[in-house]
Amino acid sequence: CRSVALATSRTYYGDQVATLGSAPDSQSADYQENYERMQALVEELKTRSEKVKLGGGEKARNLHTSRGKLLPRERIDRLLDPGTPFLEFSQFAAYQLYGKEEVPAGGIITGIGRVSGVECVIVANDATVKGGTYYPVTVKKHLRAQEIAQQNHLPCIYLVDSGGANLPRQADVFPDRDHFGRIFFNQAKLSSEGLAQIAVVMGSCTAGGAYVPAMADESIIVRKQGTIFLGGPPLVKAATGEEVSAEDLGGADLHCRKSGVTDHYALDDNHALHLARKAVRNLNYRKNMEVTTEPSEPPLYPAEELYGIVGANLKRNFDVREVIARIVDGSKFDEFKAFYGDTLVTGFSRIFGYPVGIIGNNGVLFSESAKKGTHFIELCCQRKIPLIFLQNITGFMVGREYEAGGIAKDGAKMVTAVACANVPKITVLIGGSYGAGNYGMCGRAYSPRFLYMWPNSRISVMGGEQAATVLATITKDQRAREGKEFTAEQESAMKEPIVRRFEEEGNPYFSSARLWDDGIIDPADTRLVLGLSLSAALNAPIKKTQFGVFRM
Amino acid sequence: GGVRFVSGGVGRIEKVLIANRGEIACRVMRTAKKMGVRSVAVYSEADRHAMHVAMADEAYLIGPAASQQSYLSMDKVLDVAKKSGSHAVHPGYGFLSENTEFAEACKQEGIIFIGPPSSAIRDMGIKSTSKYIMAAAGVPIIGGYHGEDQSNERLQAEAAQIGYPVMIKAVRGGGGKGMRIARTDSDFLEQLESARREARKSFNDDVMLVEKFVEDPRHVEVQVFGDQHGNVVYLFERDCSVQRRHQKIIEEAPAPGISAEVRRKLGEAAVKAAKAVNYVGAGTVEFIMDAQHNFYFMEMNTRLQVEHPVSEMITGTDLVEWQLRVAAGERLPLLQDDIILSGHSFEARIYAEDPDNDFLPGAGPLRHLSTPQADAETRVETGVREGDEVSAHYDPMIAKLVVWGRDRSSALKKLRYCLRQYNIVGLHTNIDFLLSLSAHPEFEAGNVTTSFIPQHYAALFPAPQAPSGATLCRAALGLLIRERGRTQEFSHLSADPYSPFGSSSGRRFNILYSRNMTLQVGDKKVDVVVTYNKDGSYTMQIGDEAHHVTGEVKSEGGASFLHCSVNGVESRPKLVIVDNTVHLFSMEGSAAVSVPVPKYLAAVSGSGAQGGAVAPMTGTIEKVMVKVGDQVTAGDPLMVMIAMKMEHTIRAPKSGVIKKVFFREGSQASRHAPLVELEEEEEEEGGEAASQ
Repeated sequence: CRSVALATSRTYYGDQVATLGSAPDSQSADYQENYERMQALVEELKTRSEKVKLGGGEKARNLHTSRGKLLPRERIDRLLDPGTPFLEFSQFAAYQLYGKEEVPAGGIITGIGRVSGVECVIVANDATVKGGTYYPVTVKKHLRAQEIAQQNHLPCIYLVDSGGANLPRQADVFPDRDHFGRIFFNQAKLSSEGLAQIAVVMGSCTAGGAYVPAMADESIIVRKQGTIFLGGPPLVKAATGEEVSAEDLGGADLHCRKSGVTDHYALDDNHALHLARKAVRNLNYRKNMEVTTEPSEPPLYPAEELYGIVGANLKRNFDVREVIARIVDGSKFDEFKAFYGDTLVTGFSRIFGYPVGIIGNNGVLFSESAKKGTHFIELCCQRKIPLIFLQNITGFMVGREYEAGGIAKDGAKMVTAVACANVPKITVLIGGSYGAGNYGMCGRAYSPRFLYMWPNSRISVMGGEQAATVLATITKDQRAREGKEFTAEQESAMKEPIVRRFEEEGNPYFSSARLWDDGIIDPADTRLVLGLSLSAALNAPIKKTQFGVFRM
Repeated sequence: GGVRFVSGGVGRIEKVLIANRGEIACRVMRTAKKMGVRSVAVYSEADRHAMHVAMADEAYLIGPAASQQSYLSMDKVLDVAKKSGSHAVHPGYGFLSENTEFAEACKQEGIIFIGPPSSAIRDMGIKSTSKYIMAAAGVPIIGGYHGEDQSNERLQAEAAQIGYPVMIKAVRGGGGKGMRIARTDSDFLEQLESARREARKSFNDDVMLVEKFVEDPRHVEVQVFGDQHGNVVYLFERDCSVQRRHQKIIEEAPAPGISAEVRRKLGEAAVKAAKAVNYVGAGTVEFIMDAQHNFYFMEMNTRLQVEHPVSEMITGTDLVEWQLRVAAGERLPLLQDDIILSGHSFEARIYAEDPDNDFLPGAGPLRHLSTPQADAETRVETGVREGDEVSAHYDPMIAKLVVWGRDRSSALKKLRYCLRQYNIVGLHTNIDFLLSLSAHPEFEAGNVTTSFIPQHYAALFPAPQAPSGATLCRAALGLLIRERGRTQEFSHLSADPYSPFGSSSGRRFNILYSRNMTLQVGDKKVDVVVTYNKDGSYTMQIGDEAHHVTGEVKSEGGASFLHCSVNGVESRPKLVIVDNTVHLFSMEGSAAVSVPVPKYLAAVSGSGAQGGAVAPMTGTIEKVMVKVGDQVTAGDPLMVMIAMKMEHTIRAPKSGVIKKVFFREGSQASRHAPLVELEEEEEEEGGEAASQ
């Protein structure tokens, strides 16, 4: 640690704070190897993202733009306040999920951005990907966006351009609770909670899709592009023999002049987005935050140093404080219980001026670490301070001594605290995420408002190596009971595919493809991603926390 | 010899009323202030917030905007002079400056009229009379018909006698008004009629004279000054040859390429002319000069001229001070031998006009105005400030830029340098034209004639050059920075000022944000694809060229400068963004780049304006040549309009049938108002086909 005098508006001379972090030895072999390997992972992430950004194939894109339509990302760009950031979710949805069928970004783009000064959830169909039809993951991503809106109290804007459910996969799209129908259920519920639902019809809205604008509070439709009908012309012909054009059946003129299904008539995409911006301005929305804010200052150290500090080798240890020092305002961190349960680092800080309580792993969790974490979560809930979890956890300590020491009940205390905490929780997987450590550190099952992964991170019930060893040991014992031999060759032949499978399934792309997280991020972007996530999360009032029974 | 401070003791001027507006009123007040003389302004309703009103010690409203009811109203001006206790009236130029009755009326009220005796104004004001007097005094004159028979037949016969081309001029005319050239016998009558119409409008007198039109002459004029003690001096000559619409645009002193001998002869002839009418005060004797430097008396202007500052600059005098002192009865501060010609001076007149549209006068607000820094060698004579309006009711001159240099070429260099710093946004100006004019090699060489502009038309009106890629990048950067400012402003006012959503970083995750900024350059649209780099710089792609762009806006002395780097080339042009247009001004030139207004924001205009002809500016309809049902072909005259004291013929933009006429003679049409509704023949057929 080093002490730096930094004057902020509320810091008097005596309030100077010690800052966290140290300059790394950038010449060391470890640092350089770490840096190169992480940089390669980040490069891979960006290359893959650039490809996902394109959406459907060139032919589909050309066809789309030749109709005078904007591509979905352009629509979002023009909907947002110009030049402001967009926090996009799950770029890798459906990544290598449907075999030979590529469904970039799951055929739907979701995220949070400011529209007329209001942070909104934006959901945009990509008609260049399979006609914008809903694959199972498309549905999941749409529902996740609505969940984000619900949890963070954000208005929703749907830029609709979709052929509806993907018919060959209807069984995985239509019938279940969290399937297609849930989208409209959510629209009704969100609207009932006062969260505006705005639909912009920029392409087809067929069958179930027709309910997106119909269920919206306010809807806009683009002339000669947008159509809304329960049954399209082919279905109508099949059912009644009536021949009708799509425009006459459900175009802008029909819906703005006769049916009243849509409220605003747009000449083209740009006009529609302009009208959507006006609609948001008319929400009379004000963000009421319950936290104090302070002027933001950048960390003292460059974010790219995270590459060299963390690297890609999960077996290599690093001090999570060095990570915190590259994320928080001015690298200032007021650590809590620094000398107790030191495998868990807890403390208060600020990110973009917002107060945060940070919980980071510095090794395996012991009883003390879990109790310290529980205490700290209680403090943050009492004070309504958002929690940030920096996960790099192999799990809770095992062994007779620890079981006897009641690590299960101490771990349960921390899991209870994490589960019940009503402050915004944001989780970043910066390394391994294994076993019950994932629970205690607010994994997906604990409903953090947002969960992001670094490209080096891994998630599984235990490490691939450990799992293979466990399975090999069981087999060996079984063989021994049967009086059979289990050679070293046989053992390694058995372990190898297990390790490979764990490696594959624990990979962040495997996770992101299935929406187990909200996106893979460049470690250097962590601060900004957290800042944007906090800003979004603070739209919702922070409810008082009522904890469950802590087993003592 | 030195300056003589001899008091004549005739009058005492401690308070002067300036019966004028604009730059000249301000100019007079500055000297009055310097001399400790209190100033009184008069103003029309249109000038309530004008600079001359703000500058004066007292100001009086004298009526509505129209000059006839305000600045030209003798009674009202005299009334204020009496009410305010002014000892003298300075008429400036134009308005009442050469009005004999006014000079006479002042005298009767015991108020000093700062100008020559009314007899001199009268003698010189009537051109035919002035020529007889000059000829008698031995001043060289040019031949012509100045007779009383004003019949078309007689005038046309005289024109034929003199030989075409001839100049038809209103006898009481001036300032290019009521003046036409007839090149052939066949267009004589049309030109005569036009000259008469304009003269009646301007002077309420349509008596015409006809004289030989000297091809490509130079316009050289001599500044003279007389006192009440019989002294008359000359302050050398000015060359005002370069003109457009018969109005001066750039003047210089002394006239280039003239020998000391000719200069002396010019001066002496001018003094002779002034003495012939017992001239007192500031006056200008205009000569026409041919290629051999022979000169002929044209007319004498019995007032302080617009371009008087160039004479002041080369003689180190303040002619307004001289006027005040001479009017008070003092002797001339300097006699001829004491007046030394030093250096060279230029004056460029900055007008609200559109050189690309036949110098059509303009009007409107000065949305942005920044001028070069004034100093001993640089004068900015103006009567407007940023935010003021150039009124359609009066002369559209915005300012006079006056510079002095050791010699002609250094003065010219200075002029161009200063013109680059004269930046105006809001209306068309002639600044770019003045720049190309003053940079023309023939102008640099001093080869100036009144035909300069038509002769060098191609070089003076170069085809507009498309702005370079770097310029487009700067414009785009200017727009991005403005956008950033607006986002910041919003953030600071919000309850959540530090949210990163309020940044203008354009950040996306794992991918870079690219946006297409469409810019309007002339009638072309250019796509600039802007990529936001992580380090805050931009990559701007225009066609096949990629540019790396960084920069920020800094304010200096009230103006904004774009400190930017495009591909490593640093520059800092002045940046002005008004509405949807970015203006960049630098020593390398100016550029204007617009953001096209989206279709959905553009007002849907009525069919009348689409298919008809519109008023080019606010003015009065003088003559309506068509009626409903008339068949017209493209180019046919529809109406004649008087605006900005000029006559404009509005012609049919296309062939068709007049469906409606929106104005009658004498009514007022505002700028861009549709004048007629024209039904195109094709359209009509199309309409019929559709209805069948």
